[in-house]
Amino acid sequence: MADANLLELEQIETFYGLSQVLFGISLSIGRGEMVTLMGRNGMGKTTTVRSVLGLTRARAGSIRFEGQEIRALDAYRVAKLGVGLVPEGRQIFPNLTARENLVATAANRAGAAEPWTLDRVFRLFPRLAERGASMGTQLSGGEQQMLAIGRALMTNPKLLILDEATEGLAPLLRAEIWRCLAGLKAAGLAILLIDKNVEALTRIADRHYIIEKGQVVWTGTSPQLAAASDVQQRYLSI
Amino acid sequence: MKAALELRAPFVLLVVAGLALLPVYTAASGDQFVLTLFTRIVILAVAATSLNLILGYGGMVSFGHAAYLGIGAYAVGILAEEGVGSGFVQWPFALALSALFALIVGALSLRTRGVYFIMITLAFAQMVYYVAAGLDRYGGDDGLTIYSRSRFAGLIDLASPTQFYYLCLALLLASIAFTWRLINSRFGMVIRASRSNDRRMRAIGFPTFRYRLAAFVIAGMWCGLAGALLANHTDFVSPAMMYWTRSGDLIVMVVFGGMGSLFGPLFGAISLLVLEEGLSRVTEYWPIILGPLLLLIVLFARGGIDGLLGRIRRG
Amino acid sequence: MLLLLEQCLNGLQFGLLLFLLAAGLTLVFGIMDLVNLAHGSLYMMGAYFAASFSAWTGDFFAGALLALGATLLLGIVLEMVALRPLYGRDHLDHVLGTFGLILFFNELVRLVWGPAGLSLPLPPALNAAVEIFGIYYPVYRLLIILVALLVALFLYLVVMKTRLGMLIRAGASNREMVGALGVDIKLLFTLVFGLGAALAGLAGLMQAPILTVQIGMGENILILAFVVIVIGGIGSIRGAFVAAVFVGLVDTLGRAFLPDLLRLVLSVTAASTVARSLSSMLIYLLMAIVLALRPQGLFPVAGR
Repeated sequence: MADANLLELEQIETFYGLSQVLFGISLSIGRGEMVTLMGRNGMGKTTTVRSVLGLTRARAGSIRFEGQEIRALDAYRVAKLGVGLVPEGRQIFPNLTARENLVATAANRAGAAEPWTLDRVFRLFPRLAERGASMGTQLSGGEQQMLAIGRALMTNPKLLILDEATEGLAPLLRAEIWRCLAGLKAAGLAILLIDKNVEALTRIADRHYIIEKGQVVWTGTSPQLAAASDVQQRYLSI
Repeated sequence: MKAALELRAPFVLLVVAGLALLPVYTAASGDQFVLTLFTRIVILAVAATSLNLILGYGGMVSFGHAAYLGIGAYAVGILAEEGVGSGFVQWPFALALSALFALIVGALSLRTRGVYFIMITLAFAQMVYYVAAGLDRYGGDDGLTIYSRSRFAGLIDLASPTQFYYLCLALLLASIAFTWRLINSRFGMVIRASRSNDRRMRAIGFPTFRYRLAAFVIAGMWCGLAGALLANHTDFVSPAMMYWTRSGDLIVMVVFGGMGSLFGPLFGAISLLVLEEGLSRVTEYWPIILGPLLLLIVLFARGGIDGLLGRIRRG
Repeated sequence: MLLLLEQCLNGLQFGLLLFLLAAGLTLVFGIMDLVNLAHGSLYMMGAYFAASFSAWTGDFFAGALLALGATLLLGIVLEMVALRPLYGRDHLDHVLGTFGLILFFNELVRLVWGPAGLSLPLPPALNAAVEIFGIYYPVYRLLIILVALLVALFLYLVVMKTRLGMLIRAGASNREMVGALGVDIKLLFTLVFGLGAALAGLAGLMQAPILTVQIGMGENILILAFVVIVIGGIGSIRGAFVAAVFVGLVDTLGRAFLPDLLRLVLSVTAASTVARSLSSMLIYLLMAIVLALRPQGLFPVAGR
């Protein structure tokens, strides 16, 4: 039932210039679901995210958000519809303070009853409250990651997309972020997660897609993935 | 990766033949104006060809190339004013001076890229402009009249429009042939490769800076020659020759004609000047048409005339 | 000593005017990555509008206000119609395309206002001199300094203290991400460009009574503005301010005192010849030095 799904991709084909990167990706995310995109580097995970946002427009296929076709929309329109992006590499604004990073693009377009505010984000990430006046470049990797998540939350999205949000972080920080994401899911936020840690993801996420060479090669629930060690071995080990 | 000389062959042959036969037409019809116009076109084509070497093939957007036109022209003008009328002295001096200036500018600017490179070459050209404008002895802002053209001990009489035209044409064809040889040599390969991937070329072991500087100096020197020709053509030199908008004109010629194509600069020079002439007969406010036209060409016909020719041939 | 003070004030005034021009240029280049050679044309249009509107209304200030509005409008139209297609393209394309616009505007002015320049007379109230620090200094030039400083303050407040300013700064370092977070980049660009156009127009109209209003007046000062932003750091308004004042002072003081300085070592005729060329070249030498030592400028924007 297409209506039940928040985000639905159907046979997406995306190119970078002349070279094709996505060869018919199909996936779906329901409201309140946490879904992951896994696969080795360079398989097309980030490209899929960019296609959803319209940053790299998909050339064929259909992308529907809440039933509305968004494939050909500009990035800002997709974001305005309720997609929040925490990009690969965090990409916080280096010449703004932490507080400004959160406030600059903040919005509450859907008129949520209990929106994400600066206070709420600071309560979620107390460390950011302390570092509010620091410039983006002065923050540590973990703080920047929290800032990137907070920045996306401040746009009050219906779907939060995180691309390699724990890469390069210490294990404790990684656990903290997964804990935070689990909490967000519990509060009803739909999440699309690109990450590598199968064990952690099978604990907090509902369903998984594995992408290899621009195509979905496996999809299933967390219990299914946890049991399929041969799949893990084949597609996810280095 | 040999430059495709043969693809545009029919069109090019037609143009070159037309240029070669022009004085015949002039003699028959008595229309001196066309000869004067095309002499100017050919001279500017030499300048544009020199720019094409570094801009079209090398990707170095020099916005100060008109400076060499000025330097070459002033070299001739100043020597003529001081009583040295021999072309055998004037022209090598023009070449040497241009080469020297190009060496200095290149050494300083080739370390930068992108818009910084554009600005710094522009700034240097403006410097030369101001120096020339400050030369009271040689006319300053008003410019300097040259009373007799460069003398070549009777070998050729530059005062004769036909002889002068053929000299310019010969030099243009020599420029193009020289460019062709250069581009297809190892030197040329390095220049073209370092346009898109300087780092890789350096990693392989090519001292790209030296190559690019050499190309820059060659281009400057050659444009100085065009300057010497120009001085003889107009019998007049002035700082306006090297005002930065003239550098813009040269870039337009290279892009119009098709960057990185052998005959592109010639097509560009012909197009731009003929267009200017033609439009100026339609309205005295012709740049009002040329300006937006330039923008449209940038937006839609980026490959220039050469690009269009390629499309026609393929289609 | 008094001459030095007067020249310093002149240098400050020229520098601040350059700042107005450079601020717009650096904003546009920094945020939109657009090299706009036609920025000088907007400066010229500001001056021409001011001359015409002042003559039409009979009032200097009304004319200035109308000119400002007209230039702002012109900038917005220009951005939407001619410049949007250039975004994302090679800088060379920008240079060529906007070069075409310069030709267009110069000729348009010739068509509408004729080839001779215009003049913009000052109202008697402004055409006076006032005594400060022991010298008589024109009121109008003081006004220019004041207005420019106020505008600089206004820009500072907008860029550093408002949401729009945050977006401008964010856009300067990562345009794509700003769009991905729900901000209409196209609208932001149009606003920034409009702001830049208004600044250029303001500089033009303020300069109009002092210099003649003529075709091509934009090109000369445009190069200086580019030099300023290269020295200051592309995308940095603070850099533009510091560099502009510095350049203004160096240029004015150089022109004023270089002949005398050179006369100490050269003959009178040689000194005046060299001085004239050298003082024009001074700014470019400065830029060359800065580029050699610190190529990203004095106040580079992080993330570029």
